[in-house]
Amino acid sequence: MKKFDKERLLLAVAGPVIALVVAVALTSVVLIASGKNPIEPYSIMFEQATFSDIQVLIINQASLYYIAALAVAIGFRMNLFNIGVDGQYQLAAMMAAVVGAHVALPAALQVPLLILTAVFTGAFWAGIAGVLKVTRGVSEVVATIMLNAIATSVIAYLWLPSVFGVKVGNNNTTGEMHKSGWVPGFSMGEAGEIYGLVILAVVLGIGYWVVLNRTRFGFDLRASGASESAASASGVDPKRMVLTAMLVSGGMAGLAGLPILLGDTHTYSLNFPTGIGFLGIGIALLGRNSPVGIAFAALLWAWLDKASPELDFHGYDKEIAVIMQGLIVIAVVVSYEAVREWGLRRQQRRVGAELAAGHVLGAANNTEKEVAGR
Amino acid sequence: MTAVELAGITKRFPGVVANHDIHLSVRKGTVHALVGENGAGKSTLMKILYGMQKPDEGTIAVDGEQVTFSSPADAIVRGIGMVHQHFMLADNLTVLENVVLGSEKLYGIGAKARRKIAEISERYGLGVRPDVLVENLGVADRQRVEILKVLYRGARILILDEPTAVLVPQEVDALFDNLRELKSEGLSVIFISHKLGEVLSVADDITVIRRGTTVGTAVPAETTPRQLAELMVGSELPTPETAESTVTDQPVIQVKGLTAFASGGASLGDLAEPTPDSGLVAEDTAETAGAVKRVLDDVTFTIHAGEVMGIAGVEGNGQTELIDALIGLKRADSGSVTFLGEDITAWATRKRREQGIGYIPEDRHRHGLLLEAPLWENRILGHVTEKPNAKGVWLDIKGAQEDTKRIVKEYDVRTPGIDVTAASLSGGNQQKLIVGREMSHNPKFLIAAHPTRGVDVGAQAQIWDQIRAARREGLAVLLISADLDELIGLSDTLRVIYNGRLVADADPATITPEELGSAMTGAASGHLENEELAAQAELEEHAETPADAPEDEAR
Repeated sequence: MKKFDKERLLLAVAGPVIALVVAVALTSVVLIASGKNPIEPYSIMFEQATFSDIQVLIINQASLYYIAALAVAIGFRMNLFNIGVDGQYQLAAMMAAVVGAHVALPAALQVPLLILTAVFTGAFWAGIAGVLKVTRGVSEVVATIMLNAIATSVIAYLWLPSVFGVKVGNNNTTGEMHKSGWVPGFSMGEAGEIYGLVILAVVLGIGYWVVLNRTRFGFDLRASGASESAASASGVDPKRMVLTAMLVSGGMAGLAGLPILLGDTHTYSLNFPTGIGFLGIGIALLGRNSPVGIAFAALLWAWLDKASPELDFHGYDKEIAVIMQGLIVIAVVVSYEAVREWGLRRQQRRVGAELAAGHVLGAANNTEKEVAGR
Repeated sequence: MTAVELAGITKRFPGVVANHDIHLSVRKGTVHALVGENGAGKSTLMKILYGMQKPDEGTIAVDGEQVTFSSPADAIVRGIGMVHQHFMLADNLTVLENVVLGSEKLYGIGAKARRKIAEISERYGLGVRPDVLVENLGVADRQRVEILKVLYRGARILILDEPTAVLVPQEVDALFDNLRELKSEGLSVIFISHKLGEVLSVADDITVIRRGTTVGTAVPAETTPRQLAELMVGSELPTPETAESTVTDQPVIQVKGLTAFASGGASLGDLAEPTPDSGLVAEDTAETAGAVKRVLDDVTFTIHAGEVMGIAGVEGNGQTELIDALIGLKRADSGSVTFLGEDITAWATRKRREQGIGYIPEDRHRHGLLLEAPLWENRILGHVTEKPNAKGVWLDIKGAQEDTKRIVKEYDVRTPGIDVTAASLSGGNQQKLIVGREMSHNPKFLIAAHPTRGVDVGAQAQIWDQIRAARREGLAVLLISADLDELIGLSDTLRVIYNGRLVADADPATITPEELGSAMTGAASGHLENEELAAQAELEEHAETPADAPEDEAR
């Protein structure tokens, strides 16, 4: 069956490659239309990727993207659209920062405590949408968007000095966390420090793959995504599955802000990165919900983010990178669907052809019966 | 003069042949009925005629002229219009707005369009009021709006897809009056249905389609419902002879007083809500307005080890609900199910399957397979907690793959390997995989819904063999099938379901498909005997099949 494995690899790679090529081509069109050199910006950005300090920035940024995209991908795998990752990770980071500033345990307990705080906060926030969907049939898309807005307000409330807030100049913060909750990074000398929790991102990626592909729960989840009716006939309780997937997705989302919180900022302030949850949607799409694909996509996104500021110094606008990210997402959606259908048809034809040629498994008891797929 | 002539139409979908060498000739100014069981290929054929799908082979001629359609727009230009089974109207627009929508160029959107609508409505006696909001209309009125919409676009040939499925008997009569008006004006109507009584009362010609091909034509005046039923279900198949009885006295599944009420969908219970603006419908359904329809009504039976109990019935009479209640997909509203002496009414689907209830679903694409997953993952589906698919909470992928190979071999699933997707297999091979999978877990009770539907004759015999072999070992089977020969041949006992009730029982050793077929229309009840039934058959010449819940949207 080697043939079909090669086939699958081809199909897996074809989608993103087509999307990227299309996106680059269209971006070049934009550049030409605005009277700029359509090649040079890419070479500038590629050059940036060779600098070690930029590489560290890319890896650090990618770790946030990666976790957020995994959270989105869990939902996608069962046809749930968790748009609320953004609110979930911000609120979770905030709660972790607050706990980190007010509880002082030894590091061996403090860090797990902060991680659990983030997981439960994210899961709780996503769980609201899950419960609404299961009990009242509210679309999780609508509910999670609303919860994003509510999360913003809750965060603003928690920032009040009378609640957990600490004013530092004009900035709202949650106060500095106790040192025991800081996670040391990997020093790269001059280039800077890679967040310690990049390891967490890697572990989550492996865990995601193992759970989805090697456990009964993962099978049920994938079955629900592939065909809700077939899954429930197979014995999956659809409501429980929706709720579980939302909780897991939210818990994962809660972790998305931790690498930077525990590794760098040590407080949740106005400067804390926002919008990662939304970027995670595009990254999960580009990465085809696969942990390896998402890793590449997250690195690509982080590279576009971190290499583009240099463009400003060469007379280009760094927004080119944003245009490109947008185009990639659109191209990805189209190309994946096209490749998927093409692959399915191709396989049906191949199976038909192989059967016609008599390559049949268990050929011992074949008689003159029907031939499939012709 | 022929209005439409279809010749040698063949349409293949990946894995299945939906239409094969179909011939259909519709005379001008007539109502031509196209009858056949669900899944026989009627809808595909009409989609081809309406330009929604292109045939792989064959020709279409309209008014003697050869045509090819690449979209419904082409068909409309040629004067072909389709009234879909599921209405395509915007609720929040008025009748006028709905009619002109998309055809604004024809007569504008104002006074001219209104005049045209009034004219059509007058001419064919449709009684459509242009300024009523569609949401205030009942089903029958909506259907007339759909018909008017098609006529407004200049159709001379109308395709009506199962138009009576959602109507109550009085509305059906009104519709038929409309159809007679249409044909007296020289229009042609193609009427798709599987309700034989109606077909005989309205059609001028009948074409019967079975297993994707046209098997015959009939003239209503010279045809009885029984003959038509025979044509429809076919009786040339190898009848599986009933071997010596293996029925024991050990009950495996006992169902007591199972009752379920209609919920959602276009069942009569829902349609009966008050519709102040449409006098006709409100009157017609007044009698049903108070009560919610029972889709399962006090169903009680016992199946013993080694017994195959067949359930005959026109589709949509409660079979789906019965299956759902037994496998645990949808709970019945009252009643109990006992499995090997244990009350399982409250069990979840997974527990039922783990404990030995096998399930061959009605619609294998929706309920039996993950089409885009490889065969070995499909082998896991439904049995993810059981050996050889799992070890604890972990999947046993090696075990599942090995066992898939075994199933492929033992059940003669024709595939180049177990890594191909289920979608790339033909329907018959998909079904063999499902049967193999369910049998591999040694079920004690098997729900077999249309186990050989869409399966070629060779695979059919094989699946029958599997069921018979398991029955010898003490398996209890609930067999639901539209194939009456299959029912009679495989079953030890037979029941007839009508309007959610088990209304009759019969001895498969003595009953014939024709007798069973007429009992399915609800005319006979109690124990069916040969002579008795023959006498009754005379009385029910015009018996109507139930006008209730719409059929499943399969394929």
